[in-house]
Amino acid sequence: MYVAVKGGEQAIGNAHAWLAEERRGDPAVAELGIAQIREQLAQAVNRVMAEGSLYDPDLAALAIKQARGDLIEAIFLLRAYRTTLPRFGASRPVDTADMACDRRISATFKDVPGGQVLGPTFDYTHRLLDFKLAAEGEVPPAPERDPATGPVPHVTGFLNREGLIEEEPGVDTIPPDLTREPLEMPAGRPLRLQSLSRADEGFVLSMAYSTQRGYARNHAFVGELRIGAVAVEMDVPELGFAIEIGEITLTECETVNQFTGSKSEPPQFTRGYGLVFGQTERKAISMALVDRALRWEELGEDFEGAPAQDAEFVLSHADNIQATGFLEHIKLPHYVDFQAELELVRKLRREAEEVRSSALMGGLASHDGQEAAE
Amino acid sequence: MGLLAKAPEGRIAELLDARGDRPGHDWLRAPEIGSVMVRGRTGGTGAPFNLGEMTVTRCTLKLASGEVGHGYVQGRRKACATAAALVDALMQTECADAIRRAVLVPLDEEQAARRATRASKAAATKVDFFTMVRGED
Repeated sequence: MYVAVKGGEQAIGNAHAWLAEERRGDPAVAELGIAQIREQLAQAVNRVMAEGSLYDPDLAALAIKQARGDLIEAIFLLRAYRTTLPRFGASRPVDTADMACDRRISATFKDVPGGQVLGPTFDYTHRLLDFKLAAEGEVPPAPERDPATGPVPHVTGFLNREGLIEEEPGVDTIPPDLTREPLEMPAGRPLRLQSLSRADEGFVLSMAYSTQRGYARNHAFVGELRIGAVAVEMDVPELGFAIEIGEITLTECETVNQFTGSKSEPPQFTRGYGLVFGQTERKAISMALVDRALRWEELGEDFEGAPAQDAEFVLSHADNIQATGFLEHIKLPHYVDFQAELELVRKLRREAEEVRSSALMGGLASHDGQEAAE
Repeated sequence: MGLLAKAPEGRIAELLDARGDRPGHDWLRAPEIGSVMVRGRTGGTGAPFNLGEMTVTRCTLKLASGEVGHGYVQGRRKACATAAALVDALMQTECADAIRRAVLVPLDEEQAARRATRASKAAATKVDFFTMVRGED
């Protein structure tokens, strides 16, 4: 019989003290500063901001340091901090057409107005370890060229003009908010996009990959991928007008997908959409593919039973903080639960034993009976 | 106010204090850190959706002469929000032109320079396609 106890304070305190020491590592090695993480591990910072669903590079860098580089733990820290903040309001929807693009490429149109701008990308690198980085050294400044002035319009706009792609008419509804109301099915597209934007990158990547391999196949072209800074504007009641409250870097991906038409829609290209905090293009492309797969119902397509089409499956398992919370809790003490299980198994075994021995007795008896009958 | 919201850490205070002592003020709302839910649109142009939050610091103050200034800055920066609110209030006084020259013009120029540098680096990575010679006979 297990009797409820308490204890472990000393052990927990000592464990945390050791954690702090291990986090610091060898004191002979210089300590990592928050600014160093923010500036030099920017992709980790971007991922933590995107999945932590809070844009603040300094806080994300602090979380990464505290979590010893465990990004899911860092995301957890950021999400926890977020809940302590009062909400001042919601921004006006950001205008991604007005983005100051660091990178803007289209896989569908070579000569797109505004051009193919590669930006600071890993693409076309040879993926060979660069041992020069192991030695300290100055980086030469990046080359510059006169920037072309002129608009950088969305690529899907061109297809829209010919009517070859579905329209995205602007409306001004108040979107549902996952952080205020629990996720409920069926989830409309705005709710799905909020969920996907903060979803685990690995999970969304795998779901997107499954559609490419044939589960809910909807051959996607990257119509456009753009990364850059957009202004965030908010209506401020005390002023009576909208002001710019900051500038954030976003990655936006628009896919153009084959569509042969359905009962309700003509043959045309359809769209998938990804929008994520920071320079996070793997996630944004994945998000666009999964968004498109989840749209089967509104486009009148068949449900093929593919995981990526199943909104309940995708959205319920996409959040790594929910997932890790439930997964990791099973390592915490379950002594009383397990005691009950133990009692149950013992009881079942006792009962099974009794049944078997009585069956054995009965079997002998019937055997005797049979013999007698013969 | 957009310029003030995006100014680098400490820069507003630096420019403001360079022109002399700050005027006294009372708080109508002391600096507080909070969040704003950033929205996007489906497909870039469609229905709004909630993308995620960003940190914002805001405050409101009143000068002895009665002008009310609001400060809204990105991030967790109470000192910057205070300086931004002071600039906002002073822009309603007779020293508006001096403040514009001392604070807003330099902030604007510095921001334009930062933007131009990034745009120039991006432009240097723009692909120039050239057509391969085709064997057409």
